[in-house]
Amino acid sequence: MRGVSLRLRNVQLLEGLDFTVAPGEVLAILGPNGAGKSTLLRVLTGEWPATTGEVIFNARPIAQWKAEDRARSLAVLPQGTNLDFPFTVAEVVMLGRTPHRSGQVRDLAIVAEALAAVDASHLRERVYTQLSGGEKQRVQLARVLAQIWEDNGGQPRFLILDEPTASFDLAHQQLTLDLVRTLAGQGFGVVMVLHDLNMAARCATRMLLLSCGRAMEYGPPLQVLTPDNIRKVFGVAAVVQSNPLTGNPLVIT
Amino acid sequence: MRLLHQRQLLWILLAILPVVLVVGLASGAVFVPPRALLGHFAEWLGGGQSRDGLILFSIRLPRLILAALLGLVLAGAGAAMQGLFRNPLADPSLIGVASGASAGAGFVVVFGGAFLSAGWLGMSLVAAGAFAGGFVAVLLVYRLATTAAGTSVSTMLLAGIAISAMAGALNSLFSFFADNDMLRRISLWQMGSLEGASWERVAIVAVAAVLMVAVLPRQSQALNALLLGESEARHLGVAVEALKRRIILITAFGVGIAVASSGIVAFVGLMVPHWVRLLIGPDHRFLIPNSLLLGAVFMVVADTLARVLILPAELPTGVITAMLGAPFFVSLLIQQRRRSYSGVLP
Repeated sequence: MRGVSLRLRNVQLLEGLDFTVAPGEVLAILGPNGAGKSTLLRVLTGEWPATTGEVIFNARPIAQWKAEDRARSLAVLPQGTNLDFPFTVAEVVMLGRTPHRSGQVRDLAIVAEALAAVDASHLRERVYTQLSGGEKQRVQLARVLAQIWEDNGGQPRFLILDEPTASFDLAHQQLTLDLVRTLAGQGFGVVMVLHDLNMAARCATRMLLLSCGRAMEYGPPLQVLTPDNIRKVFGVAAVVQSNPLTGNPLVIT
Repeated sequence: MRLLHQRQLLWILLAILPVVLVVGLASGAVFVPPRALLGHFAEWLGGGQSRDGLILFSIRLPRLILAALLGLVLAGAGAAMQGLFRNPLADPSLIGVASGASAGAGFVVVFGGAFLSAGWLGMSLVAAGAFAGGFVAVLLVYRLATTAAGTSVSTMLLAGIAISAMAGALNSLFSFFADNDMLRRISLWQMGSLEGASWERVAIVAVAAVLMVAVLPRQSQALNALLLGESEARHLGVAVEALKRRIILITAFGVGIAVASSGIVAFVGLMVPHWVRLLIGPDHRFLIPNSLLLGAVFMVVADTLARVLILPAELPTGVITAMLGAPFFVSLLIQQRRRSYSGVLP
């Protein structure tokens, strides 16, 4: 099995989590505030070592990867990035090419393609610090895409997104979800933290429902998004129906 | 937004540097026409003892070169610190690194005893003390002000105040134990004066300058990534801990040597990288080499002004840079406050 498997036992934060993300899969991590979603992402990306258990990334424990090699097939979009220096948008996206040595010409082409993919080509020459919150987040998404834009010697590539759509308007939320599905179709493995259950239902192939650092439920959306689970984890009464447009589960509260 | 192409500035600065050096060499209490410089130089090399030759090449030239190297080191340290702290307001003198270094140097001067009489060894010991003091100060400020979320300007500046106060108290304590000669040396530093320039000092500062030129430009890519944040840089494959260690060591070394040789010349590390950013943007691949050069140019000009403004007397160079730098810093603070929604100021 190639991909990520995590087994972790940490009394305080995360407990006994065990799952796999294969190339082509989209795993949505759901749960209330403080459930340990962001912590899980930190462990998953190797930033924090697991107390017990281990994270296997592309057949090797994640800590054994050289930072630069790992960065060529694993890109992470954090919730918010504070950048207070007046880079242009193109320069910010170019930072995604840091782990590569593909040359200026190729990198510029990738920057243009990544910006186009997030509908930000028109921002190219703008100064990053003067953008709106949503625009900044789109530029960061483009940077993360540029990081794993090209095939890396056949290694599966993974994208980890922490609430990628939080500051986006409706159109760009849709665009991001479509993008995630397209990428999964191309063989990327995607892990994303989302708060909107319906948005998660539209693009996830699997879901992990976290509560107090434990997995309440892990499986396909239909199995995870049940009124029972939603009541137990979020304390909210909900009705789950089939979305008339897509056939995915639709949570109505 | 950007006034110059990224590579143009480097050529412009390379052309300006010899000009300001020649002007600086020619001007002073005794004006020597630039045309006559070459002739004096040949005569001085041949062992000539003419008054003008001595003034030019035993007094002015080492001082000018010292100024250029100091400017280079301070501007480089400023640019590197601003990258490390992810904040354009970091400056060795503002955040207490220079005072820390000065306390370290003061300690060695007062308690170094007999070793200090030997020129080279003494100078190296003072530099080592300054390095140790500066190192502790950068480390402290960095630990205090930087969290996973970034650097808080207010904490950084407050930590700087605390460290400067502490270092000031230590310096007073050392002065209390010092004799007259030591007191004079200590008070000379605190003004940031290049008056004591000699070829030995030039050589010692040149070590720091060579190190800066050799090491800093190679960190450019990693520093660019670090501006996004520590974990972002890690995800981009940067060995963040090693980078931080390298930057802290090299800035403490550079600032320590600068302080040991000429005291606290304030604000150079703040202003120079800022001007470069205004001209060509924040990309460290261009920011660092241009800051190094502009630092040299700026200090040569500032020192020449210090020598000629109140002829026949001289001002300490640190007074000139501080008089330019303090208002500049205030204007930067106001600008940052206007943009404080970006989350840098609390």
